[in-house]
Amino acid sequence: MTEETPLQTHPDRGGAGTPLLQAKTLTKHFPLGGGAVVRAVDGVDFAVMKGETLGVVGESGCGKSTTARVVMQLIPQDKGEMLFDGEIVGGQALTLKEYRRQAQMVFQDSYASLNPRLTIEDSIAFGPTVHGVSKANAILKARDLLERVGLDPARFAARYPHELSGGQRQRVNIARALALGPRLVILDEAVSALDKSVEAQVLNLLADLREEFGLTYIFISHDLNVVRFISDRVMVMYLGEVVEIGPVEELYGDPRHPYTRALLSAMPSMDPDNRTMEAPLAGDPPNPINPPEGCRFHPRCPHAQTVCAKVKPVLATVGEGARQVACHMQVPGSGHSQAPALEVAA
Amino acid sequence: MLKYLAKRILYVLPVAFGVSLFCFLLVHIAPGDPLTSVLPPDASQAMQDELRKIYGFDRPLPVQFGLWLLKALQGDLGTSIATGRPVAAEVWRAVGNTLLIAGLATVIGFVFGCFFGFVAGYFRGSFLDKFASMLAVLGVSVPHYWLGMVMVIVFSVQLGWLPPGGAGPGGSAAWKWDWEHVSYMILPAITMSVIPMGIIARTVRALVADILNQEFVPALRAKGLMDFGVFRHVVKNAAPTALAVMGLQLGYLLGGSILIETVFSWPGTGFLLGNAIFQRDLPLLQGTILVLAMFFVGLNVLVDILQGLLDPRVRRR
Amino acid sequence: MSAIAQGNAAIIVPPLAKSPGYWAGVWRRFKKDKVAVGAGLVVLAIILMAIFADYIAPADPTRSSMLRRLRPIGTPGYPLGADELGRDMLSRLIHGARLSLFMGVVPVFIAFVVGSVIGVAAGFFGGKFNTITMRTVDVFYAFPSVLLAIALSGALGAGITNSLLSLTIVFIPPIARIAESVTTQVRAMDYVEAARASGANAITIIRVHVLGNVLGPIFVYATSLISVSMILASGLSFLGLGTKPPTPEWGLMLNTLRTAIYVQPWVAALPGAAIFITSISFNLLSDGLRSAMDVKG
Repeated sequence: MTEETPLQTHPDRGGAGTPLLQAKTLTKHFPLGGGAVVRAVDGVDFAVMKGETLGVVGESGCGKSTTARVVMQLIPQDKGEMLFDGEIVGGQALTLKEYRRQAQMVFQDSYASLNPRLTIEDSIAFGPTVHGVSKANAILKARDLLERVGLDPARFAARYPHELSGGQRQRVNIARALALGPRLVILDEAVSALDKSVEAQVLNLLADLREEFGLTYIFISHDLNVVRFISDRVMVMYLGEVVEIGPVEELYGDPRHPYTRALLSAMPSMDPDNRTMEAPLAGDPPNPINPPEGCRFHPRCPHAQTVCAKVKPVLATVGEGARQVACHMQVPGSGHSQAPALEVAA
Repeated sequence: MLKYLAKRILYVLPVAFGVSLFCFLLVHIAPGDPLTSVLPPDASQAMQDELRKIYGFDRPLPVQFGLWLLKALQGDLGTSIATGRPVAAEVWRAVGNTLLIAGLATVIGFVFGCFFGFVAGYFRGSFLDKFASMLAVLGVSVPHYWLGMVMVIVFSVQLGWLPPGGAGPGGSAAWKWDWEHVSYMILPAITMSVIPMGIIARTVRALVADILNQEFVPALRAKGLMDFGVFRHVVKNAAPTALAVMGLQLGYLLGGSILIETVFSWPGTGFLLGNAIFQRDLPLLQGTILVLAMFFVGLNVLVDILQGLLDPRVRRR
Repeated sequence: MSAIAQGNAAIIVPPLAKSPGYWAGVWRRFKKDKVAVGAGLVVLAIILMAIFADYIAPADPTRSSMLRRLRPIGTPGYPLGADELGRDMLSRLIHGARLSLFMGVVPVFIAFVVGSVIGVAAGFFGGKFNTITMRTVDVFYAFPSVLLAIALSGALGAGITNSLLSLTIVFIPPIARIAESVTTQVRAMDYVEAARASGANAITIIRVHVLGNVLGPIFVYATSLISVSMILASGLSFLGLGTKPPTPEWGLMLNTLRTAIYVQPWVAALPGAAIFITSISFNLLSDGLRSAMDVKG
């Protein structure tokens, strides 16, 4: 299984305590004509520890995909910075090109992700050749990776994308992402477009690869069941902001933010005796162009009060665990009637 | 809607500026001194300087451009070196003449083009389609000045039905709408119509085939619409683009009429342009090209606006 | 030696059975289109005729004879008649193919190269560069091609080089537009993003991922312009702005024979027929190519 090609290993610089990726107040706005601005990502903070899988969920327009692209530096952020294994991305110790060997992405559209004019092995081999590997070596590596993602190289390596099915193409995309030996892989709705049975196979493949290569994942999806299956921690986004982060079972079992609660209870139930009867969220998914003042969720929140419309809640740790929630109801002394009482110093 | 209109006009202004700059520079990229066409070869230096001052060639280029543009905006396009008459008057008269045949040509081209295109698109893949498509390709491939010559050969020389050239007895100044005069229009107009016909036929064919292929057509049929209903639907959807193409073709004909007008000696803008070139009458050349180009630009804007009116999807862009 | 260089030491990679590529599919579809193949053969024949003109033409195209002016088709010794200066029409037509083809292909080819560079760069880099470039292109696009060609030729003066220059300038804007449009579409595809994510620089991405997907449609569009270029070039000669006599060129021949339509109409019409046949063949060929390349796979 192991191979001695040099691209496989990157040194672990920060040790187990340092997050593999730390995002600080990432902000990205897109100006539209006439002064309007799409605030796709607004002050997003999160960390991903080595070896873990961070799931990212939210409705369309919440900024998940933009965040992914900013993390990959396909779009530069307006404000904020990122630390990869303790080093600033794009700084002196970690150039952008070097960063791109260590962080890779798998896109949603399996067909649009592959150049229709290149064979499968050429597509996979492209990344390594950019970083100095000879074409011959890159092809060999490509064939090896095809094997590891479950596609027989003898049958698939010399084919073109249109000859493969959606599931097969997504395996190719995964192989392509792994060709540079990255430590972090971002999966942006990578299984969303696949048939359910194929989706299950690919998810299992992703889990296996994670073990085999010691990968860290950021898994973006709108499918809460899938996120639950694969993630260690989950981050919930709404209108460009993070509203809740926490360990997966904790968050699913005891969601603290009203939006998270609404999302989870909106999941169609698998139990015919216990059907989901009504949509808990009123109104349409919001527009990131002119987000509401204060807490961005307050127009749709059943618990909203005056303070919610005026003051923007900040992500704060709740309880003694690793949970963070951005809601006035969770913060002592916030002014919300349901907030816990402030602890009086003894 | 008004916003769309304003946007289109705003977009076109820098283009119009660029066009006028280009027209102005044409004179100056021409090799040789612009004055050589006016002056006798043995003119004294003093005379040259004098004329240079009169025509304004002694000022720096940007200043010349500014002055020229200012005058042009007021309708003064200078004076023709060859005839001594104001350029603007000559050009407007010529434009009117060209519009006569170009307009007729556009109508003919549009009617036949739509007909052939529709037949081809409706009966796609059949023999009718191949036949109509072949006619369209023929239309687009033919060198129209040669076609003009052939028309003259057949209809004037051999059959003697129609006059071979000119704008009627007494020229265009004495135009009347009677057979004697209109007969002079027929051959040039038909010749001019061939290329637009080909282009419109091809466009309409693609449009019709596309529309019929779309998934809501079987839905319409399922709703019980008779074939006439489908026909009306196709027309409604194809009309904006077809009309846009027709508008553009009119613009092309206006600007590109020189070849046919030369063949038929029709006193339109093309003919004027030809004369300007051969006599190296630079003010006339500049003025004519400017007017024609502006017509084309203006027509483009009009077509866009028309499309916006007819097709609401365009407006939202 | 670095680790990577060590790994790069000579390795032989056995190639696997390749599935038929894109071009094989195009050729297969093209072969089935009888009209396109026929047109292609005609174009080939005309090209060969032009190349071997000296050997094929029965007579010297510039040898004039005052006695035999304007002979009709079928005159012994002059299979297609004689022109206004007594020269053999057939020989002049055959030799004329050279210049006419040259004026048809060369401006389009140069415009293809220049226009593609401009359009691909504008499409790939986007932003302000794109806006400025394409607006400049729009200024030229605002002129009907005939008008622009004549305006440029008129300003520059007659002659083959000037005509070539004018025509090239006329064709650069439409090609640049198509190039920009197609490149913008390809640029938005995820595989280009993935290539960026691999750390490749712009040139590499354009070379490996963009060009292969973009040059095809641009090329097909360019071939459809060849007939236009021929007709325009001949038109310029017809007006006296292009080739100068006595060089045989179909447009120029139409010009000098114009007054002869009252005497020998069918001889006078011959050069135009030659333009027509060549133009149609190029158009049908281009159409066939477009159909063959349109379907994926």
